[in-house]
Amino acid sequence: MALNADESGRLVDVLSRHVDRITRRWAEVVAAQLRGRLSQAELIRQGQELHRALLDALGKGAVDLTSEEATELRAVLAEFSRGQARQGFSATETATGVFALKDALLTVLDSDQSEGTLRDYVGFSALVDQMGLFTFETYVRTRESLIADQAEQLLELSTPVVKLWEGVVAVPLVGTLDSARAQVVMERLLQTLVDTGSPYAIIDITGVPAVDTQVAQHILKTVVAARLMGADCIISGIRPQIAQTIVALGIEFGDIATKASLADALRHVLRLTGVETGRRQSRREA
Amino acid sequence: MTSGVDLGRPQTQAVGSDEDVVRVRQLVRTVAVAAKLSLVDQTKVVTAASELARNTLVYGGGGSVEVSTVDNGRKQGIKILFADSGPGIADLNLALTDGYTTGGGLGLGLSGARRLVDEFDIQTAPGQGTRITITKWSR
Ligand SMILES: Nc1ncnc2c1ncn2[C@@H]1O[C@H](COP(=O)(O)OP(=O)(O)O)[C@@H](O)[C@H]1O
Ligand SMILES: [Mg+2]
Repeated sequence: MALNADESGRLVDVLSRHVDRITRRWAEVVAAQLRGRLSQAELIRQGQELHRALLDALGKGAVDLTSEEATELRAVLAEFSRGQARQGFSATETATGVFALKDALLTVLDSDQSEGTLRDYVGFSALVDQMGLFTFETYVRTRESLIADQAEQLLELSTPVVKLWEGVVAVPLVGTLDSARAQVVMERLLQTLVDTGSPYAIIDITGVPAVDTQVAQHILKTVVAARLMGADCIISGIRPQIAQTIVALGIEFGDIATKASLADALRHVLRLTGVETGRRQSRREA
Repeated sequence: MTSGVDLGRPQTQAVGSDEDVVRVRQLVRTVAVAAKLSLVDQTKVVTAASELARNTLVYGGGGSVEVSTVDNGRKQGIKILFADSGPGIADLNLALTDGYTTGGGLGLGLSGARRLVDEFDIQTAPGQGTRITITKWSR
């Protein structure tokens, strides 16, 4: 239901003549619900901002929330609900914050019978309902993106790349290696190779319950990328059941070194580096 | 009942996302344990299921997986049906060739899955979808 010019004209009139009463009543209603989780000053500030944006939209001739003239109002509502979502308020609390505008307007209308008609109130109420739904949607979208961010952080945390030894980094893979995780693993491993200048990387798959062709392909791609950067990869943690499955599947790791355990892999690398650098150098120095 | 799996009734899992493929693996693992498969055989059938469920998702456009235990009087086993109503496979021999892929994979899913199980049956035709049934027996 859209407001007509008369209705919005009268609403502008009521809203602009009772700024303080409306803002205060709004803050009261919301405060009762939030039970002290926002300061009075903060509430008044929010109430004033909502009031200002609403008055501004109606004054410019907005007939409902989708109007061009309500762009600023939508922005204020979106900011309001994003703030609520981040501060941990519930969706209901957020939407009720908007619905409280009805309460605030009613108080003003009640005290002075000459102020506006029932029609005006119904029109206003419909607009506030739209605002409430809009706020609710923004709230849900914000929560979803917060959750997605957290999932990403978890992903990062669950794929640690550690420096095992001078020149040797290791990445222990745990759980299912889906495409998203595989991508993170590859990026982090390659970055760590650069950061530490390590010529060797050990990819440990002890914690991967099943190595299918997709997992194998991710590992193979990582190894090739590392090679392009001049680093050699060793795959470790290949348990007997995984080895047999890989063979039956027909996956070939080619000339990539594979070891049963992480310790074996490290020993292998140390033997290589020991011969190539360590001992020879110390002998020359002696 | 400790595993939470009703051995009498087949269990169905829809396949519509990557998470569903993970769920298929978990379901197959649980049923394979209940059917007393060895660790090696569990791993083999879970891996085969992972391959076929991913094909159902990627090439079949989604579908469903039905997992049940079977008993032939001498031993127990696990039987899994993968069904989709996607485009089907026109040249089955080609699709079963090691290394053949139309999706940039390793092309070892179908052929490899067949090697990982004891029985492998496939019904498919262009426009008719694909139904694959595999069975793995305990030893
Ligand atoms: N359920 C299916 N529906 C249609 N085509 C399929 C299906 N499963 C497999 N295929 C075809 O068979 C090919 C080989 O499959 P697969 O051996 O698993 O290798 P990959 O998944 O690496 O491509 C696929 O590239 C695809 O063209
Ligand atoms: Mg495949």
